[in-house]
Amino acid sequence: MAAVVPAPPRLGAVAWLRANLFSGWFNTILTLLALFLLVRALPPLFDWGVAHAVWGAADPDVCKEASGACWAMIHEKYRLILFGRYPYAEQWRPLLGLVLLVGMIGVSCNRNAWGLRLAEAWVAALAGWLALMWGGFAGLTFVPNNLWGGLPLTLILTVIGLAVAFPLSIFLALGRRSRMPVIRILCRVYIELIRGVPLISLLFMASFMLPLFLPTGVSIDEVLRAQVAIILFSAAYLAEAVRGGLQAIPKGQHEAAHALGLSYWQAQRKIILPQAITVAIPSIVNIFIGLFKDTSLVAIVSLTDLLLAMRQAIADPQWRRFFVEGYVFIALIYFVVCFFMSKYSQYLETQFRSGQQR
Amino acid sequence: MRNKTLYARLFIAFTVAVLTGSAHAGKTLDAVLARGDVRCGVSTGVAGFAIADSAGNWTGLDTDFCRGLAAAVLGDAAKVTFVPLSAQQRFTALQSGEVDLLSRNTTWTLTRDASLGLMFAGVTFYDGQGFMVPGDLGVQSATELDGAEVCVQTGTTTELNLADYFRANNMNFKPVVFENLEESISAFFNGRCQVYTTDRSGLAAILAVDAPNPDDYVILPETISKEPLGPVVRRGDDDWFTIVKWLVYALIEAEEKGVTQANVASMMDSQDPVVKRLLGVSGDMGTKLGLGNSWAVQAIQAVGNYGEVYDRNVLPIGLARTGSNRLWTQGGLMYAMPLR
Repeated sequence: MAAVVPAPPRLGAVAWLRANLFSGWFNTILTLLALFLLVRALPPLFDWGVAHAVWGAADPDVCKEASGACWAMIHEKYRLILFGRYPYAEQWRPLLGLVLLVGMIGVSCNRNAWGLRLAEAWVAALAGWLALMWGGFAGLTFVPNNLWGGLPLTLILTVIGLAVAFPLSIFLALGRRSRMPVIRILCRVYIELIRGVPLISLLFMASFMLPLFLPTGVSIDEVLRAQVAIILFSAAYLAEAVRGGLQAIPKGQHEAAHALGLSYWQAQRKIILPQAITVAIPSIVNIFIGLFKDTSLVAIVSLTDLLLAMRQAIADPQWRRFFVEGYVFIALIYFVVCFFMSKYSQYLETQFRSGQQR
Repeated sequence: MRNKTLYARLFIAFTVAVLTGSAHAGKTLDAVLARGDVRCGVSTGVAGFAIADSAGNWTGLDTDFCRGLAAAVLGDAAKVTFVPLSAQQRFTALQSGEVDLLSRNTTWTLTRDASLGLMFAGVTFYDGQGFMVPGDLGVQSATELDGAEVCVQTGTTTELNLADYFRANNMNFKPVVFENLEESISAFFNGRCQVYTTDRSGLAAILAVDAPNPDDYVILPETISKEPLGPVVRRGDDDWFTIVKWLVYALIEAEEKGVTQANVASMMDSQDPVVKRLLGVSGDMGTKLGLGNSWAVQAIQAVGNYGEVYDRNVLPIGLARTGSNRLWTQGGLMYAMPLR
């Protein structure tokens, strides 16, 4: 008879490779193709980005001679890129504010911390952040918000945008399912209208059209206008995500809450919403990530967010040759934040799934 | 009831807090004096004209003009709020009163002057569109460019002028358009196109700074468009328009008379009647504008005369002061109306 073929090993690196990379002829080809591309692409990339790159402080002429990346450009401009035109000597304030925000986000990631206390802490943190950025007290010079820029502006547009849009979206989602026709129609019209136009046109409206309707000399703060546009936009999208969650809740839950004698709001707050939002978390986080990246659109209306600050840095003729390095730098920042958010949403999903399996 | 009035009050307080600025309609000077700063619309980043340096401070010819204006009106060059504006935003921002003036690389054209509710107050820089080619292409004149691939930035008058010029001369071209300046420059030097076109100020800067070897490229002699750039104000406030217009003239006059940032104090003793009037030693030129008589002194102390502003900002980007941008006494177009 045929020779006994030894069973393939089930453990170890070889087994892992066979199971994941060479499980069939098609996957084998794909693996080899990917390997080939990596071998072709990585060494030049390494040469450009690391081996032949210019690190630390250097003259633009030194960079011009070098064949690799000019990280000296980042070294020269990183404060302009990160903090925009915030007064140079005062840039410890946005830095401190950044630490505060990131710290708060870190704390909020812990599910045990969720609750009313956390919401209060957020309100306090945001107020503290605004006070720190504006100054004008206790020896801090006043810095008008048209000088805010860079990463702090990007983060705050996102954080305030989400903090206000999320509660708003819950009301919109509930309103859209309401039995009261006026409210239902209003919410529906709002959601469909906003979802029907791109964010960029909302920003344009807020930035170009609105001032024309106001009397001469009266102007609404530019950052506020962009912030409101972002809030209105993300609320409509989040509302649809929350509505998806609401629809996943069986009717029996509503009836049971009703039978217990809970009022509409009690039922929503204690029974329906906690379940619905849990279901909707992946798509909500998806919208969060999208919104974080969408804030770069405010560059169109000349708010110096991370992207526009970088573009201002490379407007300098001495350094504009190295625009690729600038884009790589902010792409890394965006990637780190978005990667973190996406990993966190995966973590949340597994957390909730363990308690929610049906 | 009580609740309602409380809400109404809160609403009013909120509205007042949100709607900043005052109810002055047209009286820009009063508004500027009351506010204590000049709101100046600038571009988001054009080297030599308005650009944020590594520390985030604005430098450039356009921004220096705003500083000079703040010094003339308020006595302090630091009392300027720079509002960076995109090309699409700039006119709306001026019309709606968000800025007191535009000092933002804006070309003076009839359409803009007549139909956009604004007025050009003067010319601070004469620009014009030109072509740059590699020297080994052997081209001496733009009329030899038939069939060429031309790198151009999209969404600007540059693109339209280019099409006009080739059509007028019965030539064909293939536009290679780019959204960003740095990408279009990089494409040209990497050989994606044979010709690069933008304003001559830009070409000179690109040649000086970006060219791997400046000697390998030539700027062709033709200037295919006129691009006079200058400050713009809102239509309907003649007093403010006059102030901005005469500040341009004062800076040019100061250069003509040799009044500089360094010697303005000693020039106060000058016997030249023109200098005396300019510096407010005799006459009341400032008062007629609604300013103090030392308005020009303050502006010159802050930013220097026109030549100094040019040399400080535009020379470093590789643009020597030639042609129209010289004083009229040296064959240029910089000509101040008499200050008397």
